[in-house]
Amino acid sequence: MPTAEDVRRSIENGIPGARVEVESPDDVHFSARVVAEAFVGLGRVQQHRLVYDTLGPGEPGGAIHALQLKTETP
Amino acid sequence: MSDQPDNPIRTAIAEAIAENPTILFMKGNPDAPACGFSARTVGALQALHAPFAAVDILPDPRIRQELSAISGWPTIPQLFVDGELVGGADIVAEMYESGELADVLGVEEAGEEPVAPEVAATPAPMSIENRLN
Repeated sequence: MPTAEDVRRSIENGIPGARVEVESPDDVHFSARVVAEAFVGLGRVQQHRLVYDTLGPGEPGGAIHALQLKTETP
Repeated sequence: MSDQPDNPIRTAIAEAIAENPTILFMKGNPDAPACGFSARTVGALQALHAPFAAVDILPDPRIRQELSAISGWPTIPQLFVDGELVGGADIVAEMYESGELADVLGVEEAGEEPVAPEVAATPAPMSIENRLN
């Protein structure tokens, strides 16, 4: 099962320069806040898609049951 | 990737999105959401007294597969307004808080005075699986 640290690394690797905070009480439900230059000019849906894409296919990231996500621009 | 012109579920979903100005794909139905994320999203729409159609994705796993294939969005719920994906639970909650959701839906922001629940728009439950032969 992925840990919060795994999820953080995946997002950071997928969106270079992003500032990422991830919390998880149980390694199943995750809460992430991502601040990235890459989000500039994008709508929220596109911003969230960018993050989901870093976590692989399926319900975000397959093994990740639920990801509460907040995206921001720097 | 092969196009599947004869995919009745995908067609039914696409038609439902096109035909309903506001449509929510969720787990369970508005009266009995089967997931906290769906419940939160229904709550935001109901707080704004926004009329919306609702589709329960649970009866057939293909509904969810095809929906995500259409929308490019991996999670449930998914809210569409005028054929466009507005977002999932987090985005809808954020937009509700900021007042953007009311704008997108073309409704008044939730007033200070509580409105009696029976005034709330009753969403029309819709079953994709019932549209299939």
